Amino acid sequence: MNAVPTPLAAASVSGADLLLWVAVPYVCLAVFVVGHIWRYRQDQFGWTSRTTQLLEHRWLRWGSPLFHLGAFMVIAGHVVGLAVPDAWTEAVGVTEHAYHATAVWAGSVAGAAMVSGLGMLCARRLLTRSIRLGTDRSDKLLFPLLSATVLLGIAATATHNVFGAGYDYRSTVSVWFRGLFVLQPQPEAIAGAPLLFRLHALTACLLFAAWPFTRLVHVWSAPVGYLARPYLVYRRRAAPAPAPSAGGRGRGTASGSRRAA
Amino acid sequence: MRVMAQVAMVMNLDKCIGCHTCSVTCKQTWTNRTGVEYAWFNNVETKPGVGYPRRYEDQEQWKGGWMLDRRGRLVLRSGGRVKRLLSLFSNPDLPGIEDYYEPVTYDYDNLISAPAGPDMPVARPRSVLTGKPTAITWGANWEDGLGGAPENAGADPNLTGEWAEKVRFEFEQTFLFHLPRLCEHCLNPACVSACPSGAMYKRVEDGIVLVDQDRCRGWRMCVTACPYKKVYVNHATGKAEKCTFCFPRVEAGQPTVCSETCVGRLRYLGLLLYDADRVGEAAATPGEKDLLDAQRGVFLDPNDPEVRAAARESGIPEDWLEAARRSPVYDLVMRYKVALPLHPEYRTMPMVWYVPPLSPVLDAVDAAGGDQDDPDHVFAAVTRLRIPLEYLAELFTAGDADMVAGVLMKLTALRSYMRQRTLGEPGDEAALRAVGLTAREAEDLHRLLAVAKYADRYVVPAAHKEDAAALTAMENRCPVETSGDAEPRKVMLGIPALRRDTTAEGRP
Repeated sequence: MNAVPTPLAAASVSGADLLLWVAVPYVCLAVFVVGHIWRYRQDQFGWTSRTTQLLEHRWLRWGSPLFHLGAFMVIAGHVVGLAVPDAWTEAVGVTEHAYHATAVWAGSVAGAAMVSGLGMLCARRLLTRSIRLGTDRSDKLLFPLLSATVLLGIAATATHNVFGAGYDYRSTVSVWFRGLFVLQPQPEAIAGAPLLFRLHALTACLLFAAWPFTRLVHVWSAPVGYLARPYLVYRRRAAPAPAPSAGGRGRGTASGSRRAA
Repeated sequence: MRVMAQVAMVMNLDKCIGCHTCSVTCKQTWTNRTGVEYAWFNNVETKPGVGYPRRYEDQEQWKGGWMLDRRGRLVLRSGGRVKRLLSLFSNPDLPGIEDYYEPVTYDYDNLISAPAGPDMPVARPRSVLTGKPTAITWGANWEDGLGGAPENAGADPNLTGEWAEKVRFEFEQTFLFHLPRLCEHCLNPACVSACPSGAMYKRVEDGIVLVDQDRCRGWRMCVTACPYKKVYVNHATGKAEKCTFCFPRVEAGQPTVCSETCVGRLRYLGLLLYDADRVGEAAATPGEKDLLDAQRGVFLDPNDPEVRAAARESGIPEDWLEAARRSPVYDLVMRYKVALPLHPEYRTMPMVWYVPPLSPVLDAVDAAGGDQDDPDHVFAAVTRLRIPLEYLAELFTAGDADMVAGVLMKLTALRSYMRQRTLGEPGDEAALRAVGLTAREAEDLHRLLAVAKYADRYVVPAAHKEDAAALTAMENRCPVETSGDAEPRKVMLGIPALRRDTTAEGRP
């Protein structure tokens, strides 16, 4: 790490910055982690992609692959842009100019795919009545939050790096981001970033906090194990479950196969 | 040899009157919930007809079941593992709700709450999916009794080839029969093999194929892979659901709800022992017409001491072995060989078999001025009446009409012999011998098919109480989570609550 600030330097940042760029991210991350553990243990039944393809498939056919493939590229871009310090990319011979040219081009393609895909997914959710009626509270939180994050992100890139003079987020936003994970938060690194970048970072934090309580959990169930497992799955009947008490119909007492259908 | 036991079913189609009691009682038991309004774990189709969902038998379109690749290996028709994972975002071969039908309810409330007026109030249909008034244009048994057949039945995927033209042309003189369908609980289930999350499984003890509701992540590949389209997406929970073979009842030694309530008493339940090691090989038999024999080759004789010894080694309990010996399904499938599987060419090794209907043939004998009591007339008719025969062969023997003809002749000979016996005559055993039955066997088969006592039809050994599972049937509760539960829930998010208010107050 270059330029690790002394704890004293942090004392000069304002309380608002501390709140926004240290407290909020850590609270969101804590909710993200604890929320996932809680949901995984409590709610296997609700842990699903909540597919609506049965009800509407014409928009989904294009919207869903566009959104998901775009999202994969966008996530990969964020990992490189946020987690990898610029000193590392330069050390392997990628110049600052080459890096940013690639990032802007690939990012624009990925962003456009993700935005158009998400737009189609939102449109079908709003316009297809059967899907709109099936939209629950978590979706009503997730879709606006996800849309806001994505739109702010692409707006920041477009304003500053595609049409603007260029903004080197790797020396500001990325430093703040990495600081959170090495437990040396540097709120002053992002405090001076353009508004769009700051808003994008904030909505992203909120998105991570909401993640475990929405259908986004299906991300962690990406079935890569399918590639290796035998085709036929045999299972024995579940081990004896303790007989449920008279009023105890809670899902906790039911064993796995009791909820088979 | 790895002996496994399977609870299997046979249906005697001659006795099915298409009353749909099985479908209705199944629906009341399993799918009267939000999200599966459109799903019928058991449905009764009129054949010829397009079926439910529409044209589900057209695997060129729906990509269900298995096929052999160019090198003769068994592969899923919907593609390999990588292709399946790539189509997670949008499954190109998933039937839409329009391929099933739009479920409706009726404005019953209007009948009693409508203001006084000059006209009688009516209960108009209202979509369960949107809550809006809708016109009913299709259903799970829309073509019941060939209703609308002139427009639709020509689209039956089983009507291919030259003889099919004739069916369409002479439709008003043609035949019909009812085909009750439920999950086949296959030996080589394509749905299980296609499930990316490994949520679907075949039970070791009784061969019932189930979806683990806790592990299903809603990737919906099972729906595509099942050639019978008997796995459904619950659009409220986003999870797959399917016929459970009423496992809570079967575990308690009771027949499934569809069997128990069958008015025609045409269903049989019993055990089949099979060699699990030979399933893959049998399913990969090159010739489609050899698949039926290949599947019969997988079943094991419960009276064979070697089989019994191997079964004991596999942990099959003694009372199950005894039940396997008394199994009516073994008798119909293996001893008398009068039951046939539905679409063996899908290579899933289905375990719900059918005794093909003789009635279409007999009707034609009458129409041609023949005597349907005379086996000679009927034998001749069976072979002459190519149309029903070829059609039945498309359904039950991958197109092998001789196989179906053999079964129909056996049933004819049995009928004729037993008629003579019932009328006090000695009975002509020549016809019986021609179809390979002895007088004693004919009596037994008659008792099984025609007398069909409850205890003869259902030989279901209870699950072993050691694992206490059988208790569920006594619990008087639905093993599937209900929606709209009155009790407070521990977890609120992502779980479907009853959202679609289709009552009068919920109207926009």
